[in-house]
Amino acid sequence: MSAPNKSYDPVEVEALKPEVVEQARDEAIAAFAAAADLDELKQAKVAHTGDRSPLSLANREIGALPPQAKAAAGKLIGQARGAVNQALAKRQVELEAERDARVLVEEAVDVTLPYGRVPRGARHPLTTLAERIEDTFVAMGYQVASGPEVEAEWLNFDALNLHADHPARSMQDTFFVEAPDGTADSGMVLRTQTSPVQIRAMLAGEPPLYAVSPGRVYRTDELDATHTPVFRQVEAIAVDEGITFGHLKGTIEVLVEKLIGGGLELRWRPSYFPFTEPSAEIDLQCFVCRGASVGNPDRPCRTCSSEGWIELGGCGVVNPRVLVAAGIDPGRYSGFAFGLGLERILMNRHNVADMRDMVEGDVRFTLPFGMEI
Amino acid sequence: MRVPLSWLREYVDLPAGETGRDVAARLVRAGLEVETVEQVGADIKGPLVVGEVLSIEELTGFKKPIRHCFVNVGTANGTGEPQEIVCGATNFQVGDKVVVILPGGVLPGPFPISARQTYGHTSAGMICSARELGMGDDHNGIIVLPPEYEAGTDALELLQLVDEVLDIAVTPDRGYCLSMRGVAREAAAAYGLPLADPALLDVPPANSYGYPVKVADPVGCDRFVARTVTGVDPGAKSPIWLQRRLQKAGIRPISLAVDITNYVMLEVGQPLHAYDRNRVDGPIQVRRAVGGEELTTLDGVRRELSAEDLLICDDSGPIGLAGVMGGATTEILDPVFDARTGLASGTTDIIIEAAHFEPVAIARAAKRHKLPSEASKRFERGVDPEAARAAAQRAVDLLVLIAGGTAEAGVTDIAAPHPVRTIPIDADLPDRVAGAEYGRETVTRRLQEVGCTVVGTDVLEVTPPSWRPDLTDPYDLAEEVIRLEGYDNVPARMPVTPPGRGLSEAQRFHRRVGVALAGAGYVEINAYPFVGEAAFDALGLDADDARRRTVKLVNPLNDAEPALRTTLLPGLLGALRRNVGRGNTDLALFETGTVFLPKAEPKVAPRLPVDRRPTEEQLAELNAALPDQPRRVAVALTGERLPSGWWGKGAPSGWADAVEAARVVAAAAGVELTVRQAQHAPWHPGRCAELLVGEEVVGHAGELHPRVVKALHLPERTSAMELDLDLLFEDGRRVSGPPVSAYPVATQDVALIVDAGVHAADVEAALREGAGELLESLRLFDVFTGEQAGAGKKSLAYTLRFRATDRTLTADEASAARASAVAVAGERTGAVLRGA
Ligand SMILES: [Zn+2]
Repeated sequence: MSAPNKSYDPVEVEALKPEVVEQARDEAIAAFAAAADLDELKQAKVAHTGDRSPLSLANREIGALPPQAKAAAGKLIGQARGAVNQALAKRQVELEAERDARVLVEEAVDVTLPYGRVPRGARHPLTTLAERIEDTFVAMGYQVASGPEVEAEWLNFDALNLHADHPARSMQDTFFVEAPDGTADSGMVLRTQTSPVQIRAMLAGEPPLYAVSPGRVYRTDELDATHTPVFRQVEAIAVDEGITFGHLKGTIEVLVEKLIGGGLELRWRPSYFPFTEPSAEIDLQCFVCRGASVGNPDRPCRTCSSEGWIELGGCGVVNPRVLVAAGIDPGRYSGFAFGLGLERILMNRHNVADMRDMVEGDVRFTLPFGMEI
Repeated sequence: MRVPLSWLREYVDLPAGETGRDVAARLVRAGLEVETVEQVGADIKGPLVVGEVLSIEELTGFKKPIRHCFVNVGTANGTGEPQEIVCGATNFQVGDKVVVILPGGVLPGPFPISARQTYGHTSAGMICSARELGMGDDHNGIIVLPPEYEAGTDALELLQLVDEVLDIAVTPDRGYCLSMRGVAREAAAAYGLPLADPALLDVPPANSYGYPVKVADPVGCDRFVARTVTGVDPGAKSPIWLQRRLQKAGIRPISLAVDITNYVMLEVGQPLHAYDRNRVDGPIQVRRAVGGEELTTLDGVRRELSAEDLLICDDSGPIGLAGVMGGATTEILDPVFDARTGLASGTTDIIIEAAHFEPVAIARAAKRHKLPSEASKRFERGVDPEAARAAAQRAVDLLVLIAGGTAEAGVTDIAAPHPVRTIPIDADLPDRVAGAEYGRETVTRRLQEVGCTVVGTDVLEVTPPSWRPDLTDPYDLAEEVIRLEGYDNVPARMPVTPPGRGLSEAQRFHRRVGVALAGAGYVEINAYPFVGEAAFDALGLDADDARRRTVKLVNPLNDAEPALRTTLLPGLLGALRRNVGRGNTDLALFETGTVFLPKAEPKVAPRLPVDRRPTEEQLAELNAALPDQPRRVAVALTGERLPSGWWGKGAPSGWADAVEAARVVAAAAGVELTVRQAQHAPWHPGRCAELLVGEEVVGHAGELHPRVVKALHLPERTSAMELDLDLLFEDGRRVSGPPVSAYPVATQDVALIVDAGVHAADVEAALREGAGELLESLRLFDVFTGEQAGAGKKSLAYTLRFRATDRTLTADEASAARASAVAVAGERTGAVLRGA
């Protein structure tokens, strides 16, 4: 390196000639652009911005220049280096983006692979159906009531206006609990209906009473496609001042709309239950064929057996004698009650053809129902 | 009650085009449960005509007798020539009138008829049997008609083959609808048409020279009408119309006298009984049985009588179980035909009984003797006592008309006095019950249609008709008005309920248990609760195990399972086995439900009064008699709990999963569950956990005993858990929000060597206590036995996480806490640091 020299002409320093600097700058920019990947870019970076790169070497020459020439040379080199670094950074971003994209492509998997690592469970559809009905009533202001399955005969029959010789008592084939002496006179049965819960609810407090009670009930039927000795009912009762048959109709209409859907006709058939008067059987217009299968052998309907109607259950205005047995003044209060068979609703609502499927506990039946119905 | 539409039309002039379905729809809306409308004869197509047998040639050389006949069918075959027919029946002769179906006709099957070659002859049609025509299951060859019918007459019409039959399930309150008269009354009201009441007959007044009858029990029998017909032709047969009506109504024709009593019963609802007068010994008496009496009923069964049985007797003793079934000794004799003269001998003089019995007495007798009969069915539900005279008269008329008898002038009619029942009813009661506005006029009119007499204005004095014993109080009457006005016409509205309180805590808990277990991969089942000794034996329960004490049923479905479950396991394991048998091998099942635990001293639940509220003491006594019925949850597992797959290895289910299921349930209850090693059937003695809340045992879990697995044919290593939900539930529980520290955690691992018999739960409890308040969590991450641990020892490795709520812990603080934990563990369980 030469000492400062007043007569020194900077133009005479080869490395600082503008055309040489510009060429070094352009070569650097071209090398970066030509780098195909981050490794090549790194090499180009060393070559064009490293200590031994033309621009770095040229920069070192500035120190030997006379003071008046330093500024111009510094500016020249600075501009060139700025352009080079900018080009380098730009290319760096480009190549990194390319690399990232490539890695994501390489990391791709087959997301359609089946995965059953965590086994799934399910609740029984009769349970969730009962809950759905409970919820409908709870939303209307009802409480959910329950009672024992082995029940006193007095509650299952007598208090419901079914005295010992009542013909209706033989309609229901009852499981009788053995008494200590081995006879059937234990005064207890497996409840044949959820209605004793009505009595329990009435005995528990003064009206107004609005209660719904789902539960298991028992009759001595053999298991087949449409019968089971152990089945589920849901019963609702309302006792208040001024309760009428019309209130019963309104309430059931709401339930049906919530449970099955709107726009379906209900048929109210007079019937007979000792604990209600008047009593009715409720039929729901078949929601599959809407009656089109009736008398039409070309369009048979499995859901309603081409009857056009599906039996929902029984209902009525609570017989005043039942109120009396439960200590409620029939002069002041009246009530309605109704009971539905859950198995039948499940069969209809979910196209279950055989009641045995609900009983046998085969997981293939229950799993598709999941957690809610 | 089967109601042929053609018969119904005899009493109500229904519109001509009205089909059985139309009538059924009207009756259904009036409250009769029409189960089916049967299209009788819809599958028969004519020409079906009366034929006269002209010649019979017996063909031989075949396996069975075959007849080649020529039959005159008038001009029904278009030619008037005799019809050539080959027939396999032999119960007819030349000159007999038979029923012939001609080519082109169709018999039920469908079985189309055409001319064909058979047994070497042409057979152009068929001579029909009753069975082939769908008239019943009579096997006695082809039908031989009475001689008066002309050949060529249409037999479809003659045999009344085409009809519609409404099958009505009559509810217990509507006894009167077990008759054509009752159904016709409903049809008349439904259509607003007049009723031709078949019980409106001219009946001669009672007199003193009828057959003598003594009623010793006027409560059991408040009406007894007896009539006598003499000189009856014992060989007389029921005419076709009568047989056909019985057949369509579902009653098999037997003999004329029996057919007539059945016919009248169907027509007016009054059960009748016919006695052979010459076999009755002295006056008829109605009384209760006395000890040791016996009676052979018509069905040939010898029956011991109970003192409660109401009897019909003569001087020889019982001759009938009143209202249920007659006795064999006085029944109408089967006619015997003299082969030479063709004349019949048998019963010629008949006493007709039309009585009214007390419903409860008849119901009990029918139940006691397991003899539900057409008669008892009607008496139980209430028969019109005022119809007895008309019914007897109708039977007498038919016997005279058909069998050529003579009605004796004597009319016995013994009637206990009946108070007139009058029911006062507020004229607006039907409005108030229904929530509708009928008005007094409508109420009065509807009650009159039912047959009531109605007087009064604001309060109506209503006298129900004799055939409606079910109408006893104002609400019964309100129901009649509302149903006849139509339930469909009652306006629907919603009651205004008080503010609801939602589900109770216990109900929410029960739902949570199901959701939690299903969320953990368990599938819910509902098993029947019926069990037997075999189930307890298979579970390996000791002879004195409390679970063997059961509530038993008197009438189980299966005699081998007479008891109610005391544990959920038998049903749950049964479902598990069924699933495995069907190829579902990886299973996690659960059930929630009640078990039935008998009281230490079983009692009888009292039958309380129904005319008032029972006292609290009475209710307490009643509830105290009921078995305890706690709610349980149980799980059962087999196969893989976590399946293997492309992601790696899975995990078989085992005792730990069963215990974990209990923890899932406890978490749903929000209670702390303690697990203790125990021995309890049906679990593996070394793999059974006792589950406790505080010091109370709430259940067990673990792997089943290999013997139980074998006895129940379960897959090896099947595991199970059973827990009492009622014991787990605690009302009013609230979680307090824990402070969450933002200071850094200090993690320390510790590996301890303990004797193999030391329980991890005890080591953990000691570590927790020793570590003190700074311990945030503790996790056992490794357990091993073997050489490295030392003989009879096991190694337990824990990660302890320490954190303070108010500062960053120093390394010294964390180490001190760890050391303290190890020290307490050492003290309590003999644990030593590995490598120390
Ligand atoms: Zn349908």
